[in-house]
Amino acid sequence: MSFFKKLKERISTKTEEVTTKFKEGLTKTSTAFVEKVEDLISRRKKIDEEFYEELEEILISSDVGVNTVMTMIDDLRKEVRVRKLEEPADLQPVLSEKLVEMLSGDAGNDSKLHLPDSGPAVVLFVGVNGVGKTTTIGKLAHRFKQEGKKVLLAAGDTFRAGAIEQLEVWGERVGVDVIKHQAGSDPAAVMFDAVQAAKTRGVDVLLCDTAGRLQNKVNLMEELNKIYRVIGREIPNAPHEVLLVLDATTGQNALSQAKLFGEKTGVSGLVLTKLDGTAKGGIVVAIRQEMNIPVKFVGLGEKMDDLQEFDSEQFVHALFAGLIREREAEEEQDQAEV
Amino acid sequence: MAFEGLSSRLQNVFGKLKGKGKVSEEDVNEAMREVRLALLEADVNFKVVKEFVSKVKEKAIGQELEKSFTPGMTVIDIVNKELTELMGGSQSKLAKANKPPTVIMMVGLQGAGKTTTSGKLAKLLQKQNHKPLLVAADIYRPAAIKQLQVLGEQIKVPVFALGDQASPVDIAKQALAHAKEEHLDYVIIDTAGRLHIDEALMDELRQVHEAVSPDEVLLVVDAMTGQDAVNVADSFHQQLSLTGVVLTKLDGDTRGGAALSVKAVTGCPIKFAAMGEKIDSLEPFHPERMASRILGMGDMLSLIEKAQSNIDSEKAAELERKMRRAEFSFEDFLEQMEQVRKMGPLDQIVDMLPGMGKVKGMKDLKVDEKQMGRVEAIIRSMTHEEKQRPEMLNASRRKRIAAGSGTTIQDVNKLIKQFEDMRKMMKQFSSMMGGGKKKGKMPKGFKFPF
Repeated sequence: MSFFKKLKERISTKTEEVTTKFKEGLTKTSTAFVEKVEDLISRRKKIDEEFYEELEEILISSDVGVNTVMTMIDDLRKEVRVRKLEEPADLQPVLSEKLVEMLSGDAGNDSKLHLPDSGPAVVLFVGVNGVGKTTTIGKLAHRFKQEGKKVLLAAGDTFRAGAIEQLEVWGERVGVDVIKHQAGSDPAAVMFDAVQAAKTRGVDVLLCDTAGRLQNKVNLMEELNKIYRVIGREIPNAPHEVLLVLDATTGQNALSQAKLFGEKTGVSGLVLTKLDGTAKGGIVVAIRQEMNIPVKFVGLGEKMDDLQEFDSEQFVHALFAGLIREREAEEEQDQAEV
Repeated sequence: MAFEGLSSRLQNVFGKLKGKGKVSEEDVNEAMREVRLALLEADVNFKVVKEFVSKVKEKAIGQELEKSFTPGMTVIDIVNKELTELMGGSQSKLAKANKPPTVIMMVGLQGAGKTTTSGKLAKLLQKQNHKPLLVAADIYRPAAIKQLQVLGEQIKVPVFALGDQASPVDIAKQALAHAKEEHLDYVIIDTAGRLHIDEALMDELRQVHEAVSPDEVLLVVDAMTGQDAVNVADSFHQQLSLTGVVLTKLDGDTRGGAALSVKAVTGCPIKFAAMGEKIDSLEPFHPERMASRILGMGDMLSLIEKAQSNIDSEKAAELERKMRRAEFSFEDFLEQMEQVRKMGPLDQIVDMLPGMGKVKGMKDLKVDEKQMGRVEAIIRSMTHEEKQRPEMLNASRRKRIAAGSGTTIQDVNKLIKQFEDMRKMMKQFSSMMGGGKKKGKMPKGFKFPF
């Protein structure tokens, strides 16, 4: 059985509800990557430059890092030469192998949150501007609350206008307290107070918001590092998780984000937001490849419970949906024009 | 640094070409392959890349490269021109209504930076002596209205809001009436971020559009957007007939290929580029400059413009005179620093210098604004006399200055040493220049990036 069929079968046995969520969120078109590659293989008669180029495009169109794609295509070329393959159909098993390697997580790839059993567990959220840090915190707070945990939020974005209020609204919605200072105050001081409050109030989970910042702004990154250090000084081993929030529409720059935020705060996982659009967030594949940072959650909508635990198989399945149909439409159009 | 990777990439390609006398078709092919890769890495959509590369190749071969004395330059020239054209030809301005107010609608995905950009745009218009009105039509995101109100307060621009219970259509309509009453000449409507495939919300945008018939519909696009930029831009364009694009977060280290993609798909000009956290960091988008920046020729035009608009020419002349006579004092030093600072964050200025991307180490050069603040504090802690005659700064004076500026004696000593070195250098320069009669020449070793 081919890798794709196996994958499909495994996914179909997943619990109904989660699959529906993913389907709704991710698969905006009915065709999947699996079929797309199969289509390419059946359509092309020869393994030639055009074949490679089209395969490259399928991969690149999903924002899987260019380097990752090029490496993979190079590997394929080698295999083709060594095994003396001529027809695309012969290439399928090789291709499947490579895809498994590239897309499925390895052993160190754990999408669970690692939080201590006895409180307060601290989760720090970092990322560039506008990726959805505050919203993600709201959703995650809701999730922990549902699990019966006592949650506290820290309004560490003291820079952007309205950010503190935004977190407060989420606090009210979910029914958890927010530790805040005035706008413009030192975010590290907010964190210090929040950690103290978390300790004295016997909180289970403290979720720390920070201001969005571009990763090449040295001073702002140092500020973030200070926040990280302050938390670690007050509670040993904290923050227990540092989640880099990534917008699924982001392209190659996400690699730079993972690298530089990782240097300053030791990012332990990713949250991929806005996956309910047409963007595939394929760059997480490259991030996993190059930095081995796992995705822990995906944001699939606007509602409070639209944050899902990441499931790599379902993600792989949905990752490349869309291009075939487009291509078919193009071809039909071409034919009509002829 | 925006487009940094692209420029170094292309420089590599054409560096190879430059060494040869003639360019074969194979050379062109190789160059085009590299151009393609570089553009893909920069997040330009693969379809756009395909088209671009074939266009460039056609032109390159058509130009009878083999007869050209400088084939490398010819290819660069073609790429440059095509890139400029793809990004929108020459710079375009905001539309203006025949009868004020001019209505501008800001649309885009969540988190692209619509609210912040609305504030920046209002600030820009205000600087040009217009009277803008900001309209808070994002009723969905918690505290979005509050965010716009805070921004409005900061820049002293009125904000029209009806809370988060009114419909965006009503808000927009009433805001327009309000602007007419108050004789405000620009209305900037900040709409909620939405996915381009969210039918209900896109329909709401169409209704707002119908209700106020805006003169400008600006799509706000995050410069870091990947391949999906084309889908987003295409959807918004089809449903709302965009008139322009604002590219945000260009001060990051993204290569910003989305700029090319969006322009290619919508045909709409990129009207502004948002370049920083500060409220006045919205700049007109200059495609030709961006193209030269892509090609590693540096954004000199922007730098010169910035310098011209910020540096007082009289003061500059006075400074030059002082430098020649080596009368340069700490006061002048401070003034000069302030003038440079007015031009914007220093690392952005460094970004605009030609060839900086190529110089090793320069790429990671970070100008420490905090350090500048410290220097300023030290100088400001000196007495007037001390500023004029630094030689009088003895140990006890230095101690006092350190205490006054919250720095250490070492910091003060370092600054004074640097200042003295600078003065010495100036003396040497002025004697070399023969009292300033000869015009300054380019120092030897100055090279263009090609």
